Amino acid sequence: MNAPRAHIGIVVFPGSNCDHDAYYVVKKILGQEATFLWHKDTDLRGVDAIVLPGGFSYGDYLRCGAIARFSPIMREVVRFAEAGGSVLGICNGFQILVEAGLLPGVLLRNASLRFICRYVNLRVENASTRFTSACRQGEVLAIPIAHGEGNYFTDDATLRRLEENAQVVFRYSAPDGAVTPEANPNGSLTNIAGIVNEQGNVLGMMPHPERASDPVLGHTDGQKVFRSLIAWVTHQYRGVREEGIAWATSAQQK
Amino acid sequence: MTIAMALYRAHIRVTLRPSILDPQGKAVEHAIGSLGLTSIRDVRMGKFIELTVEAGSPEDADRRTQEVCRRLLANPVMEDFAFTLERLP
Repeated sequence: MNAPRAHIGIVVFPGSNCDHDAYYVVKKILGQEATFLWHKDTDLRGVDAIVLPGGFSYGDYLRCGAIARFSPIMREVVRFAEAGGSVLGICNGFQILVEAGLLPGVLLRNASLRFICRYVNLRVENASTRFTSACRQGEVLAIPIAHGEGNYFTDDATLRRLEENAQVVFRYSAPDGAVTPEANPNGSLTNIAGIVNEQGNVLGMMPHPERASDPVLGHTDGQKVFRSLIAWVTHQYRGVREEGIAWATSAQQK
Repeated sequence: MTIAMALYRAHIRVTLRPSILDPQGKAVEHAIGSLGLTSIRDVRMGKFIELTVEAGSPEDADRRTQEVCRRLLANPVMEDFAFTLERLP
């Protein structure tokens, strides 16, 4: 019997440029169904999960992600997320998620002021989310970053809540997993590279897993993020809401 | 009764909150330093936005401008905003 396939929707904003990479990984590398969702669409076409890809939506005008948030498709994405649906925001997608209020905080200009495009090491801080179940807790992944505004910032109370609820999913680290100031490429608070919302169904991350998924490119650690999500939507999708709450409870017990 | 609508020009200033590091301002400050202008410091960069508001009164114009600042032009996590309104003839 064929394994059930996941149907992943990839939102295309004017200025998105990692949409085809995400599509390629989902469809060609991992053999799932993928559909592009145009920013003016108001129908999610029955997808199981949504990817907000990297790029420079609306030219990064005003603030990164600030205009994309008002696209017609985003109303549906917010509704989908609020009902427990899985949303993965990568790079500009992460910036859009914070502007849309689906994730807390903001992504400031890199402390160095430079656009940084290189491989980084990421320590998996929470391997029990639906986006990281294929990882081991504390595992170090090699995945590239490519951004000028990835410097995660939030107020002290929110940061405390993120830490207490195990919502920090990835941190920039040394190859051995040590979280040090030297391993922090952009000045992010406590080396944060990716966070989930309280319910655990929305992940934002600055690194690009779709750029580290094709074996031809040398690294395949990025596949783990997509494989985790695919496993979630194919086996447990119908229980999303309940599972999401169960996850939040188990995270608090840690 | 109909309210007479008037036009107001809003001059809006969006700045990073004092607690937020402003790397752009720092870079400009360093450039000023290299010019030898050592008496200049504490550079902060921000955005300047102008727009026209149609409103029934100065208070109404103020309320409408507040709303657009809060909902779009500034991100309260990192930015503050301030504006002045000028009634257009």
